[in-house]
Amino acid sequence: MNRLWKEFSKGLWTDLPPFKLVLGLCPVLAVTNTASNGLGMGMAVVFVLTLSNLLISLVRNLIPAKVRIACFIAISASLVVAVELLMQAFAYPLYQQLGIFVPLIVVNCIILGRAEAFASKNPPLLAVADGLGMGLGFTMSLTFLGSLREVLGAGQLFGVNVTWQGFEPFGFMVQAPGAFVSLGVLLSIMNFSENIRRRRKGLAAVQGPTHDCGSCGGCGQSSNPA
Amino acid sequence: MQEYFLLFMGAMFVNNIVLAQYLGNCPFIGTSKDTGVAIGMGGAVVFVAVMAAGITWLVQAYILAPFGLAYLQTLAFILVIAALVQFVEMFLKKMVPPLYKSLGIFLPLITTNCAVMGIALICQREEFGLLKTVLFAFASGLGFMIALVLLAGIRERLAVRRLPIAMRGTPIGLVMAGLMSLAFFAFKGMI
Repeated sequence: MNRLWKEFSKGLWTDLPPFKLVLGLCPVLAVTNTASNGLGMGMAVVFVLTLSNLLISLVRNLIPAKVRIACFIAISASLVVAVELLMQAFAYPLYQQLGIFVPLIVVNCIILGRAEAFASKNPPLLAVADGLGMGLGFTMSLTFLGSLREVLGAGQLFGVNVTWQGFEPFGFMVQAPGAFVSLGVLLSIMNFSENIRRRRKGLAAVQGPTHDCGSCGGCGQSSNPA
Repeated sequence: MQEYFLLFMGAMFVNNIVLAQYLGNCPFIGTSKDTGVAIGMGGAVVFVAVMAAGITWLVQAYILAPFGLAYLQTLAFILVIAALVQFVEMFLKKMVPPLYKSLGIFLPLITTNCAVMGIALICQREEFGLLKTVLFAFASGLGFMIALVLLAGIRERLAVRRLPIAMRGTPIGLVMAGLMSLAFFAFKGMI
């Protein structure tokens, strides 16, 4: 039980996906122009990630190591097709808002990264806890970034006006440049607070987590080719 | 002719795949620390994107659509791309060793590059013909390469500057990408 909680809760803070593990940046940047888009995308990822972790963990002893990546991709792609059909049936406006980023969940590093790093080595219950925790952490981050950008860029939160009269929204924030800059600034704030915490403990300040393409593990390479 | 030219320039600059469409950000941030690496990665993306877009177009037109399997598009496309990357890797290793040497290490990274799959999906959503699909993929791949090489140049220079420790690495890379994206906004008025 303890172990289960540990695997679940690490996704919520210590390994918070887009900020601590810098993975799956495309949806983080693309669909966070409003808070509700971020939330919707996050829920889709929770669904795919939890189920793909469960399925991969169940068949982990049957898959030959050489073709495991292909198997992981096939499993997550089937789940993404299911999500697409479900969204078309029950959340069509959201499906249209998110556009090609729904099918692109397949190539989201978080799915393959967790499959490779966790689900393929652990029993089903732990894998589900890991997937659920990581997925919820991802949802949280996306919703937070989405709220930030929506409030600053459009003066609204979940489509409701939250700013005072005469507030001039920064159109920049809901466009592409705002996405990059706000994520970069948020990452640096995370690093800064981490360093303050370390200094209190008497440790030296460190550079934040670096982003390596190979860290997603989706390609069978464990390290950055550079 | 003019239509194709506009499509080409539009895909390369105005709707730049990374800076305006948010695709392929993982390799964009991950492999932009060194110009040489960036050129290799960019070249591999151009190569694979063109082939993947062409082949997925054929798969969609001659296999999925006639049999009413369009809802399996996502599954079919990712499997085609994964298989294609494997074949390209084996082919280059055997037949064109010099090219393999320069692109080889980047090929496995490309399966999960959402730019490649994104380009194929955009072509389907825009209902391009085969020629337009290939042209669009080529232009988008080049756009990716330009953005990646430019960012690598900027980050090489930043690497020797003194920065606040919290900003070093990924955060400053993202902020720089944001400034580049702002600069690419200027192309919006072009077409």
